[in-house]
Amino acid sequence: MSWTSICAYDALLPERGVCALVDGVQVALFRTYEGELYALSNLDPFSGAYVLSRGIVGTRRGEPTVASPLHKQVFSLVTGLCLDDESVSVPVYAVRAEGGYVEVTVRQLVEAGV
Amino acid sequence: MNRIVVVGYGPTAHRLVETLTSRGFAGTVTVIGEEPRPAYDRVALTSYLSGTTVEDLTYDVPAGVVTRLNTRVTGIDRDARRVVLADGGAEPYDVLVLATGSAPFVPPVPGAEHAFVYRTIEDLDAIRVAAKDAVEGVVVGGGLLGLEAADALRALGLKAHIVEMSPWLMPRQVDEGGGSVLKSHIEGLGLSVHAGAGVQEIVADDEGQVTGLRKPDGSLVQAQVVVFSAGIRPRDELARSSGLDVGPRGGIVVDSAMRTSDPSIYAIGECALSGGMVYGLVGPCNTMAEVAADRIMGGSAAFEGADLSTKLKLLGVEVAQFGAMEGALDVTYMDPVGGVYKKLFISDDARTLLGGICVGDASPYTSLRPFVGKELPAAPSDLLFSGAGASLDLPDEAQVCSCNNVCAGDIRSAIADKGVTDVPGIKACTRAGTTCGSCVPMLKQLLEKSGVEVSKALCEHFTYSRAELFDIVRVRGITTFSELIGQHGQGRGCDICKPAVASILASLHNGHVLEGERAALQDTNDAFLANIQKNGTYSVVPRIPGGEITPDKLIVIGEVARDFGLYTKITGGQRIDLFGARVEQLPEIWRRLVDAGFESGHAYGKALRTVKSCVGSTWCRYGVQDSVGMAIGLELRYRGLRSPHKLKSAVSGCARECAEARSKDFGIIATEQGWNLYVGGNGGFKPRHADLLATDLTTDELIRTIDRFLMFYIRTADRLQRTATWIESLDGGLDYLREVIMNDSLGICADLDAQMNHHVATYADEWQATLDDPEKLSRFVSFVNAPGVPDPSIVFGSERGQIRPVMAP
Ligand code: SRM
Ligand SMILES: Cc1cc2nc3c(=O)[nH]c(=O)nc-3n(C[C@H](O)[C@H](O)[C@H](O)COP(=O)(O)OP(=O)(O)OC[C@H]3O[C@@H](n4cnc5c(N)ncnc54)[C@H](O)[C@@H]3O)c2cc1C
Ligand code: SF4
Ligand code: FES
Repeated sequence: MSWTSICAYDALLPERGVCALVDGVQVALFRTYEGELYALSNLDPFSGAYVLSRGIVGTRRGEPTVASPLHKQVFSLVTGLCLDDESVSVPVYAVRAEGGYVEVTVRQLVEAGV
Repeated sequence: MNRIVVVGYGPTAHRLVETLTSRGFAGTVTVIGEEPRPAYDRVALTSYLSGTTVEDLTYDVPAGVVTRLNTRVTGIDRDARRVVLADGGAEPYDVLVLATGSAPFVPPVPGAEHAFVYRTIEDLDAIRVAAKDAVEGVVVGGGLLGLEAADALRALGLKAHIVEMSPWLMPRQVDEGGGSVLKSHIEGLGLSVHAGAGVQEIVADDEGQVTGLRKPDGSLVQAQVVVFSAGIRPRDELARSSGLDVGPRGGIVVDSAMRTSDPSIYAIGECALSGGMVYGLVGPCNTMAEVAADRIMGGSAAFEGADLSTKLKLLGVEVAQFGAMEGALDVTYMDPVGGVYKKLFISDDARTLLGGICVGDASPYTSLRPFVGKELPAAPSDLLFSGAGASLDLPDEAQVCSCNNVCAGDIRSAIADKGVTDVPGIKACTRAGTTCGSCVPMLKQLLEKSGVEVSKALCEHFTYSRAELFDIVRVRGITTFSELIGQHGQGRGCDICKPAVASILASLHNGHVLEGERAALQDTNDAFLANIQKNGTYSVVPRIPGGEITPDKLIVIGEVARDFGLYTKITGGQRIDLFGARVEQLPEIWRRLVDAGFESGHAYGKALRTVKSCVGSTWCRYGVQDSVGMAIGLELRYRGLRSPHKLKSAVSGCARECAEARSKDFGIIATEQGWNLYVGGNGGFKPRHADLLATDLTTDELIRTIDRFLMFYIRTADRLQRTATWIESLDGGLDYLREVIMNDSLGICADLDAQMNHHVATYADEWQATLDDPEKLSRFVSFVNAPGVPDPSIVFGSERGQIRPVMAP
């Protein structure tokens, strides 16, 4: 598995996302209040715009989530599943903090619908 | 008995076929109606003029029912048991139901052919067209429907007159004392009332264009639109021509089973004459429909007359009548200054309530109507003061919804047995409240009294409402979301509570919205201080206070738009919107704008948007005050003020109202003496004109009143509740608001003033502050690992010489 280094861990604000360009793929990266990292595709499947990294981070019944900034559908940061419409999901990527840096790999961990 | 034919497809016919289908009627049901659509909600007809669509008004045809629309029945062949249609066809029946309703009565005066009536969608379409070129309109008839029609003319922008034959308005519902109070209310709203006057003729010019209405005394009421609302006549022509019994003054005679003199023909609704009465209200008509359905299906229900109580709110005036309109004793409360008149009729032993009349305050209607015919629950004088009745416990058999004949007991059992917890639930379960809506306050009361916890929780993270959270934050001096959710909530928040709390923190402390932890609470618009567009780009709206701008500033906007290739448009808010900026371009664009003296326009925030202005007395020949100066002053005072929803305002220089101030959350119209302040208006999804809060204010009084209005709204409104719905939700409405902010009835005005002064003193332009802070600026990139790279997914095409977004297929 090849990891790409993105930015310093401290550059990520808790409870917000940023977008990274990794081998031409737009990856939305999130750091939660507890310090966990999550990575999803930046493409909002409902609107076709690359914006998920700019959504509001939160929880739904304990599960960490992001709400699309365009029409507010909520996605699980863990599985990429849309919690408002379970027939839709977005790809989830592997992400880790390594030596103070955030690293991502765009080999997909969870395929849509799996 | 398996072929039922219904003639007429109005609300009564609808209730009949709905009842039949829901009870599993096995035969065929055919409804023949002459109107071009299935039955619609005639009670709500007037809302069609304010934007409710025909689709919204029209009822669904129950499954299995056959309809023949646009089809008039011209005769009944009782021997052959079939109805004859205008198109020459026929329809055989085993049971025939006449539900032909009634037609407006048009008195046979010369020129009457030029007048309109007010009953169908087509009537309203015609009135709307005629009103376009008209200035004044007159309604003949000052009853319930006449006043509604006059209000509609007024809403269409006409100066409206009402001509009423009786010495006072609404003679069927109120007595002379109530009529005089009603008249002063209505005149206060700018309508002219001509009571005790008849109609001589409708005057028209050679082209048939109406010019006015002549009264018997020879005087002319000028009007280009005349609407007759002088009573209704049952449509009994089919019954007459086929030899069924009809009453001496019209109406198809029926027995308590709703059967006519031919046992296989029923008549229901406004065409029926039952016990010597024709009923012109939906409540009794619905009951008739249910009785007929029951009989058709072999039951034994009977119609024994009905309650004719009415309550309505027209032109902002509440009028109500219940029970009898006379009694051995009566007790009257009259306040001509406050415009309130209330009267109760009681039995000679002073124990039994017989009825009542209310004008200006209908609270006794809601609380006392169920006690008609029963022992008075308290001393009459106590009952007449508003609020006194609210704590009364209704007996189970008391009727709460007269439109649908639902009693308090039915509602209690829906709550107790079916687990209903809110008003929509009661509506779905019992039908109460679904017709005229006047019983909805009662439904709420019953819910509250039953002890059901009506959830006002913001979301799964907070069990509090926005107003409660506001108080918690204010009283406990909380400054961060983490503190608030840690101490008073659960989980980590979501897209509902985070922006709501961000707004509360901003209203109270006025710090920068992107400071520290607050940055993570904002919606994308506030996070990038710009409005997101469908392709992920943003728009830029600099503030242009009052819509006034110098040529130099206009040139800067033009240059910025040209240099960054932005789509440029004049907005509906008297300013300019630049579209298509990528996140990394926003700081450069704003650097240029801020250097030229522009500030954020907060188009992205739940905050003050614009204060529109007309040109006013400086230039305009009609202007009586400097509306531009006032608008600029107000926009600068309230800029940046975060609120539960966006805030809009406008200032007009005279009553011609070119700035459309009455469509704003707070609107100001200049008078010779000062300023009139209107509140609670909006355009948007459900347009509403603002209500007059105070008149002829000085500039200082005006600003103080607006300060308090805004701060009280910010403190107590719900999340995403605009001022209009907020005012409607206040117990006591506009009068209560006036008490709180003009007479300081809660003793909080000093607090509200201090809060607004804090806002004004600490305002800073948030774009300037962002440009000054490298940390905040660093977030304006498309890619954190490639800050200079533009988002390759954003593609533009061109249209009319400017860019437009192109979405990937
Ligand atoms: C740009 C503009 C249309 C235009 O090209 O003219 C506009 C554009 C938007 N309007 Fe509007 N409205 C604009 C004037 C209006 C007006 C007219 C006015 O203000 O005089 C109205 C009706 C008046 C009113 O608000 O009462 C209006 C009623 C709405 C509504 C419905 C509000 C309601 O209470 O029903 C929304 C939705 C909302 O706010 O929730 C809305 C929301 C929006 C949003 C913010 C939707 C969004 O979230 O993307 C649009 C984005 C603006 C942008 O990207 O810059 N816009 N919008 C106008 C900006 C005015 C300005 O200079 O700030
Ligand atoms: C503007 C307005 C506001 C109102 N507000 C209230 C209110 O607040 N509260 C209240 O209780 N009531 C109110 N009413 C009265 C209420 O609308 C009526 O009581 C109700 O519509 C009666 O229903 P109906 O079906 O009996 O008659 P209608 O609604 O008159 O329906 C009869 C239908 O039969 C059709 N028809 C007649 N003859 C034939 C024929 N020969 N062949 C085919 N079709 C035929 C007619 O075209 C019509 O569509 C209001 C009425 C109006 C006009
Ligand atoms: S509202 Fe009055 S003052 Fe203002 S522009 Fe119109 S006519 Fe002139
Ligand atoms: S009284 Fe009209 S809906 Fe209940």
